[in-house]
Amino acid sequence: MTLELSLNQQPAHTRQGSSIGQPLTRRDGFLKVTGAARYAADNHPSGMLYAVLAVSSIARGRVAALDVEAAKAHKGVVEVMTPRNRPALAADPDAKDHPFMFRLDLLQNEEVRYPNQTIAVVIAETLEAATEGAALLSPRYEALPARVGLDDAESFVPRGVGVGNPAVQHKGDVEAGLKSAKTRIEATYETPAQYHNAMEPHAIVAAWDGDKLSIDTPSQGLAMAQGRISGLFGIAPQNIHIRSPFLGGGFGSKGMISGPQVLGVLAARLVGRPVKLVLRREQMYGPVGHRAPTRQTLRMGMDGEGRLTAIHHHAKTASSTFDDFFEPAADASHTLYASPAITTSHEAVRLDTGTPLFMRAPGEATGSIALESAIDEAAHACGMDPLEFRLRNYAEVEPMTGKPFSSKALRECYSQAAKAFGWASRPLQPRLMRDADGFLTGWGVGTATFPAIMFQAEARAVLKADGSGLMETGAQDMGQGAWTAFAQIAADGLGLDIDQVDFRAGSSDLPNAGIAGGSGHTATAGMAIHNAGAAVIARLADLATGNEASPLFGADNEGVVARGGRLYRRDDENRSESYAEILTRAGLTEIEGHGKGAPDAASQETYAKHAHGAVFAEVKVDPDFGQIRVTRLVGAFAAGRVINPRLVRSQYYGGMIWGVSFALHEEAITDRRSGRIQNANLAEYHVPVNADVPSVEAILIHEDDPYVNALGIKGVGEIGIIGTAGAVANAVWHATGVRPRRFPIRIEDLLG
Amino acid sequence: MRDFDYIRPATIPDAIAAAAEPGSAYLAGGTNLLDLMKGGITSPERIVDISRLPELNRIERLEDGGLRIGALVRNADLAHDAAFAKAYPMVAEALLSGASAQLRNAATVGGNLLQRTRCSYFYDTASACNKRVSGAGCAALGGENRLHAVLGWSDACIATHPSDFCVPLVALDAVVEIEGKQGRRHVTLAEFHLLPGETPQRENALEPGDLIVAVRLPAEAASFAANARYLKIRERTSYAFAVVSAAAALVVDGGKIRAARLALGGVAAKPWRARAAEAVLLGADANEATFAGAADAALADASPSGDNAFKIELARRIVVRALTSAQAGTPERLPALPASPFSSIPGARHDA
Repeated sequence: MTLELSLNQQPAHTRQGSSIGQPLTRRDGFLKVTGAARYAADNHPSGMLYAVLAVSSIARGRVAALDVEAAKAHKGVVEVMTPRNRPALAADPDAKDHPFMFRLDLLQNEEVRYPNQTIAVVIAETLEAATEGAALLSPRYEALPARVGLDDAESFVPRGVGVGNPAVQHKGDVEAGLKSAKTRIEATYETPAQYHNAMEPHAIVAAWDGDKLSIDTPSQGLAMAQGRISGLFGIAPQNIHIRSPFLGGGFGSKGMISGPQVLGVLAARLVGRPVKLVLRREQMYGPVGHRAPTRQTLRMGMDGEGRLTAIHHHAKTASSTFDDFFEPAADASHTLYASPAITTSHEAVRLDTGTPLFMRAPGEATGSIALESAIDEAAHACGMDPLEFRLRNYAEVEPMTGKPFSSKALRECYSQAAKAFGWASRPLQPRLMRDADGFLTGWGVGTATFPAIMFQAEARAVLKADGSGLMETGAQDMGQGAWTAFAQIAADGLGLDIDQVDFRAGSSDLPNAGIAGGSGHTATAGMAIHNAGAAVIARLADLATGNEASPLFGADNEGVVARGGRLYRRDDENRSESYAEILTRAGLTEIEGHGKGAPDAASQETYAKHAHGAVFAEVKVDPDFGQIRVTRLVGAFAAGRVINPRLVRSQYYGGMIWGVSFALHEEAITDRRSGRIQNANLAEYHVPVNADVPSVEAILIHEDDPYVNALGIKGVGEIGIIGTAGAVANAVWHATGVRPRRFPIRIEDLLG
Repeated sequence: MRDFDYIRPATIPDAIAAAAEPGSAYLAGGTNLLDLMKGGITSPERIVDISRLPELNRIERLEDGGLRIGALVRNADLAHDAAFAKAYPMVAEALLSGASAQLRNAATVGGNLLQRTRCSYFYDTASACNKRVSGAGCAALGGENRLHAVLGWSDACIATHPSDFCVPLVALDAVVEIEGKQGRRHVTLAEFHLLPGETPQRENALEPGDLIVAVRLPAEAASFAANARYLKIRERTSYAFAVVSAAAALVVDGGKIRAARLALGGVAAKPWRARAAEAVLLGADANEATFAGAADAALADASPSGDNAFKIELARRIVVRALTSAQAGTPERLPALPASPFSSIPGARHDA
C-alpha cells in the first residue's frame, strides 16, 4: 500500500516533532573518528586489481607514442588501456545532450586538450606495479603552444553563463545612471583559478557481473551518476548499483561523475575483474573541474546621498577549449544592492585546461569578492561608513527582477553581527587602527546572499508493526551532516523518536534524492522525507480512524497528531493509540508512503528566494612585512529554518574559513609556457591552517519563510564563503590603505 | 614507484659500505625522500634504512662546552629538549616554525640538512631542471619564480634551500660531522651546502656513502642565548615555507654590539650567512641605524632572479626586525606562533 502526497500540501494529519532544531552531534561521527566509516577506496572486493592513470604533461597536442610494451613487461602489470583497446562505449564522451552533460576524456582518441588529461590507464596486481607501469609508458607528444591566461585567446560572449543564465542582462539605463551620478568609481579585480581539494580524492571501485555493474565511489548526485554511466555503457540504470555512504568532501567536484571515475569502470570491463582507481592529489588538477579565473570590472555611480544610480558588473572568465562552463561572476550583482540601473555582462576565452565546473558558490564567490570590494570603494568615495552605505542601498525587492523576497532578515544579520563584532567604533579612514603590539588593524564587512534552490527528490517511508520507522532516500553526505539532519527530519516526519527511525541513504537503489549541491539538498530531500512521512502517517491515520475498535475512530474530520510513536485525536489528546497497536489490529507488518521534494513553481514566479548574511572581519597586518592574519570573523546568517544548529554553524565556519582562503591563500599557479599547474599539492596550494583562523563566530538569525517550502528551509552550504572573502579584503584595505585588486592578496601587494 | 632494494644495516660502517654503491640513498625520517620517490623525481635503486642505527639519536654535551646532536634526533625532540631550547632558543624556534607537527615528529636533524629545494620545476619532471638532469636547463628562469633565490643564484639554477633549522645553525657556526669511507671528518655548515654555479646538481659536500652522523654547535653558540631570534615571513601562519627568514643573535654590552650573528633563509641555495652584515654590527651601537646598515650590507649583492625583487626589500626589513627583536631579548617562553611576526613585537599576545 503506497500513498503519495502532492508537494507542500498541508495534510489534515500533522506531526509534532522535537528532533528538528536540536543540535545533535553527527550520527556518523563515531564511525568516522574510529575509522570504521567505509569510504569508496576502503573497498577491496575479491580479485581486485589496481588502476593508475597515466596523464598528459602537455596542455595541447596529441600523444604520438606510448611504450605500452615496456609497461606490460613490468612485473604485475595486467593490462594497459589506451584508445586502441579501450572497450567500446554506447555513447560518445564528447556528446552533449543537455547543458548539464559535460564532456569526458575517456581515451576516445590521442588528442590532448589539457595537462593531467588521461592518456592511458595501467592495470596491475598492485598499486606499485600500476604506478611504475604508468611511468614506463614514457609518452612522446606532438605539442602545440598552450593557451594559459585570460589574455591568451580570443574573447567572445558566451551563449549562457552558469546554468543557462543570459551572459548579458540589463535593467534600466546604466550609462544614464552613471552620467547622473555625483560620485563614480571604477575598479578591476582579478581572481585566480582555484581547484577543489577535498580530503578524499576521487576514487572508484568498480566490479562487473555480466551487464550488471557495482560501484563504490563518492558522489554528490547518485541518480545523475547512474544515469550518466547508463548512457555511456548502454545498460539500464537499475543494473548499476552505486554506493556512496560517505564522501570526504566534494565542494561540487563530485557533483557529476568525472572522467577518471568512468575510466575505472572501463578498466574493470577491460580486464574482467574488479578494479580500484584512486586519483593522486596532483591528478585532481584537471579532469574533475575547478573554479575558473576571472577579471571583473565594476562601475558604480552614486547620488549625493550615497544611493546607487547604476551598477555595471562585467566579468571576463575562461572555459576549456572543448566544453562550456562559464563562471557567472557578474550575476552576483543581481540580488544584493538596490539600483535603478544594473547591467551584468560576461565575456570569456577558451584555455587549455580541464573544463571548469561547479565549485562551492560558483559565480557567487568570485562575483562577491569583487562586488563587495567595489561597494567598499563606493562607500569610501561617498565618505560613508561601509555598513551605512550598504544599508542605504538595501534592496527591499530583488533589484534585477523587482520581485519581493520570500523572506529577508538581512537587516537583522547586519545589526546582530555588527554588535557582536563591535563595528560601531570603527574609524572611517584607513590605516588609523593599531593594536597594542603595533600591528595595523582593519575592519571590513561583506554581505552574503545565495539563492534558495530546490531540485527534485523522492523518499520512501515505512512504519512497522513493532512501532519503529524506516526512511529511505538516496541522499549524499559530503561531510555536511546529511546523515544526521535528514534523520531528524525523518523522525519528526514519522512522529517518532530519532532512535526509533532507521534512516538509509547514500545508495543508488534508494529513492532518488537529487543532487547534494546548490545548497539545496536539505530543502529538497528534506521535503521528500517530510512528505513521505506525511503520506505514511496519513495511511496509518486512515487505518485507525476508520476502525471502530480504535479510540481514534471517527476522528477523520478533525484529524490526528502523530507524536512519539502514537496518534492522538487533535481535538482530544486523551484518545490515542500506538502505531504498533494500529498496525497489529490491521494485520499489517508494515505500511509505506512516498513523498517528493521539488520547488514550488507558483511561488517561484512570485518571490525571490535567497538566504542572506553579513560577515565582519578583523585583520592584523605587519606594517613592515605585509603578512596578514585574520584575527576575528563574525558572521550572521538568515537561511530559513535551521534543522540542526550545530551542523549549520559548522557549515558557516567552513564557508567563512574558505572565504579567508579565497582572499588570502588559494591560487593555482600555472606555468605560462607549459600550462602545467606548479603547485598541485597540499603543501603549496595553500588553504588556511588552524593558526590562520583564531576566532570564528557564526550567529544564526531566526527566519520564518512560508514560501520556500513547507519546512521553511533555505540552505547553508555555500553562503558562508560569500561575503567573507570581501570582508577580509575590505579589512585589509582598512588596515593598510592599500586596496586589494587581485586575489589572493600577496605580501608584495602591501609592501609599499 | 620503481622497485628498489631495501637494506637495514646494523652498524654505521655497514651503512656506509651499502650506500657507497651507485644508486643508493639513505632513509631516515623519509619526509622528503618518499615524496621524491613517489613523484619520480628520484629513483634510488637501493634504500639504506638508517633509522634504527644505534647511537645517532642522542644529544650530548661536550667537554669543551659544545653540543653534539645525533643525526637521527627528531626535529620535534630537539626543539622540545628544554636545555637545548634554553641554550639555543633561535634554533628551537626555527625548528618549530618548520613544516607541521606530524612532519617534525618524523623528520631528523641530518635529513633536515639534506632536504631538497621546493622549486616547483624540480618537482615537475616534465620541466627542465639542471638539478635533476645536469645540463637540461632551468625552467624556473622565466617561469613562476616569485619565491626563488635573490642571492648566490646562477643561470643554471635559481632554487632556494627550504630549511628553517639550518638558518640559525649556520649563524652559530654549526659543524657537520660526517662519516665516510675515509673515516670521520668535520665540515662547517657554511661550507656544507654549495651554491649552484654551473653544477647545481651538487648540493653539498657529501661524497658517495658519506653519512651525516651529527651536527655540532661550538661552545660560544650558547653565549647568544639571551639575545637571539628567528623570524620567518610566510604566506600562511603555519605549514608554509619561508618567503624569507632571518636568524639574528647579538651580544650587547653597554649599548655596543660585542658579537653578532646573522643568517638569512629562503634567499639562496644554501642557508645564507651574512658576514658582511656582521662586520657592520660588530662594535657598533645597537640601534636601528646600525641594523639598517647591516641589512643593506646583507643584501648588497642581491639581485632578482625573476618576479622576486620584493624579496630583497622584504629580506632587508626582516633583518632589521630580527636584529631589533634579538636586541630586545629572547622571549622567556617560546612563542606560541614560533618565528611568526605576529609574535615578534615585544609584548605581542600569543593566543593561537
